[in-house]
Amino acid sequence: MSKVIQGKIFVVDDNIDTDQIIPAEYLTLVPSKLDEYEKLGSYALIGLPDRYGKFVTPGQAKTEYPIIVAGENFGCGSSREHAPIALGASGVKAVVAQSYARIFFRNCAATGELYPWESVERLCDEFQTGQEVTIDFDQNQITNHSLNKVYVLKSLGEVRPVIDAGGIFAYARQTGMISR
Amino acid sequence: MGMTLTEKILAKAAGRSVVEPGENIWVNVDVLMTHDVCGPGTIGVFKREFGADAKVWDSEKIVLIPDHYIFTADERANRNVDILRDFAQEQSIKYFYDITDRANFKANPDYKGVCHIALAQEGHTRPGEVLFGTDSHTCNAGAFGQFATGIGNTDAGFIMGTGKLLIKVPATMRFVLNGEMPDYLLAKDLILQIIGDISVAGATYRTMEFAGEAVQRMTMEERMTLCNMAIEAGGKNGTIAPDETTYEYVRARTDKPFESFYTDSDANFYSDRTYDVSQLEPVVAKPHSPDNRALARECRDVKIDRVYIGSCTGGKTTDFINAARILKGHQVKVPTYIVPATQKVYEDLFTYKHEGQTLSEIFLNSGCIEPAAPSCAACLGGPKDTFGRMNKPEVCVSTTNRNFPGRMGEKTAQIYLASPYTAAASALTGYVTDPREFLG
Ligand code: SF4
Repeated sequence: MSKVIQGKIFVVDDNIDTDQIIPAEYLTLVPSKLDEYEKLGSYALIGLPDRYGKFVTPGQAKTEYPIIVAGENFGCGSSREHAPIALGASGVKAVVAQSYARIFFRNCAATGELYPWESVERLCDEFQTGQEVTIDFDQNQITNHSLNKVYVLKSLGEVRPVIDAGGIFAYARQTGMISR
Repeated sequence: MGMTLTEKILAKAAGRSVVEPGENIWVNVDVLMTHDVCGPGTIGVFKREFGADAKVWDSEKIVLIPDHYIFTADERANRNVDILRDFAQEQSIKYFYDITDRANFKANPDYKGVCHIALAQEGHTRPGEVLFGTDSHTCNAGAFGQFATGIGNTDAGFIMGTGKLLIKVPATMRFVLNGEMPDYLLAKDLILQIIGDISVAGATYRTMEFAGEAVQRMTMEERMTLCNMAIEAGGKNGTIAPDETTYEYVRARTDKPFESFYTDSDANFYSDRTYDVSQLEPVVAKPHSPDNRALARECRDVKIDRVYIGSCTGGKTTDFINAARILKGHQVKVPTYIVPATQKVYEDLFTYKHEGQTLSEIFLNSGCIEPAAPSCAACLGGPKDTFGRMNKPEVCVSTTNRNFPGRMGEKTAQIYLASPYTAAASALTGYVTDPREFLG
């Protein structure tokens, strides 16, 4: 069966760092504790400059935007896994960026929280927050229904099976790299 | 074909004779470091995946360093240190640098402070080894000729249980720093220069290897400043070939044997850049990105509200000696925060003398705020009551490493990253200031 993710997008530009994704004052929340995991989600992207608007409506736990579209170097800065986790906990299923910082990309795969797609073109200048898109996993493409246009994505490659499995532990067990 | 220092360390850790950039390999881990912000989550992952009664792979290879949110009334922050303590006891972790009396850090002889500097000072950074830490500035330890990089909680939880991690071998970008360092330049200027040249994503997925005579003449603390900020260019790790300076530092702190590796003359580099440091000038990174470089003298009209000297990048003993050189005999014009990275650095402020006065006397005589308890403090904002936190939309010159919006607290605050010289000179004028105005 072909896999797709569909929904509204939230658009940001370059160098969105981990302090903007989840500011340091919320890092006392421990992601492996369920209630604190949910709280992290409610603070996702709260450090963004005000011009972007609200990613999560204050008082809500989840975002209405399951897909983030970004420019270069998304997730740069700290190694805090709180960043992909806050996004995942808020309901984000995928980010489509031109490029990623290394640790953020790695943490997406390790946790299995969300899919870090890379776009070929710079979508963040063309797309607007609130538009509807569909990401097709087998075709490696994103369709913007508001613009009625299809764009190519780079293959997820070796990280897709890891995230499909639910992160490195699940993957390591599936493939026999660790027992149990 | 030869190999780089990083490739050789990774080959050894993978039990192989050769590795190539881009390969995914399993490596054996020599040291896993975690702190109060990511430790509890790492422990949570470890228990969830390996079971409540599981034992860590090696209780002498895990180093637990509370350092981020220590001197705060925030209950959850305090609880997180308690989680580390319980775990250290349960698992008989040999290296846990605990703090129980937050009212008086000096009453906690085990407490160190900022993890990256504590790792070095306690002898946990050794040539040829593989160090992972749940903190992006773990690359600091590359200064010792080891492979050191930051990871997330899930990867760290995996290491806790298995002692191994699957990683991709990075290609190496070499930066050869030649020439005589002018006496107004510091390692911080060099790394800000390089990041400005290659951008905050210029080294993504790669190793930054620093070489050349200017690097060879640097102290370990200055070398750490270079490697510390490799992550600000997106680098996976930074490295410097070990030499006598390295061995002297390491042997004074540990008798554990280690093996040194060096880049071959016919190794392959992703890129190779050469700088003549004698031609460079003091620089700053303007808000809101570490690659937004400008000459310090070009920012002379930027009025500032405070100066912050601290963190793993700019809160080491050498950094305070350098600041003191500028401040001695003058008065600061803006509140100036002195935050030693570790308890050892704090002690040095009261014992190390510059021209007959201790560093702390120089700071107090010039009107700085009394040196704070060692920790990360306002480098990353933190809970609202954190010492030195930016709570207003003010302008700060800081010896720290990041100036993204909100990094030091308030998201509209403006941070200029600078060397300890430039930070101290700016404190004396109330504007961003080239230290040559006060040197020589
Ligand atoms: S001093 Fe700053 S950069 Fe260094 S470990 Fe602490 S928070 Fe991170």
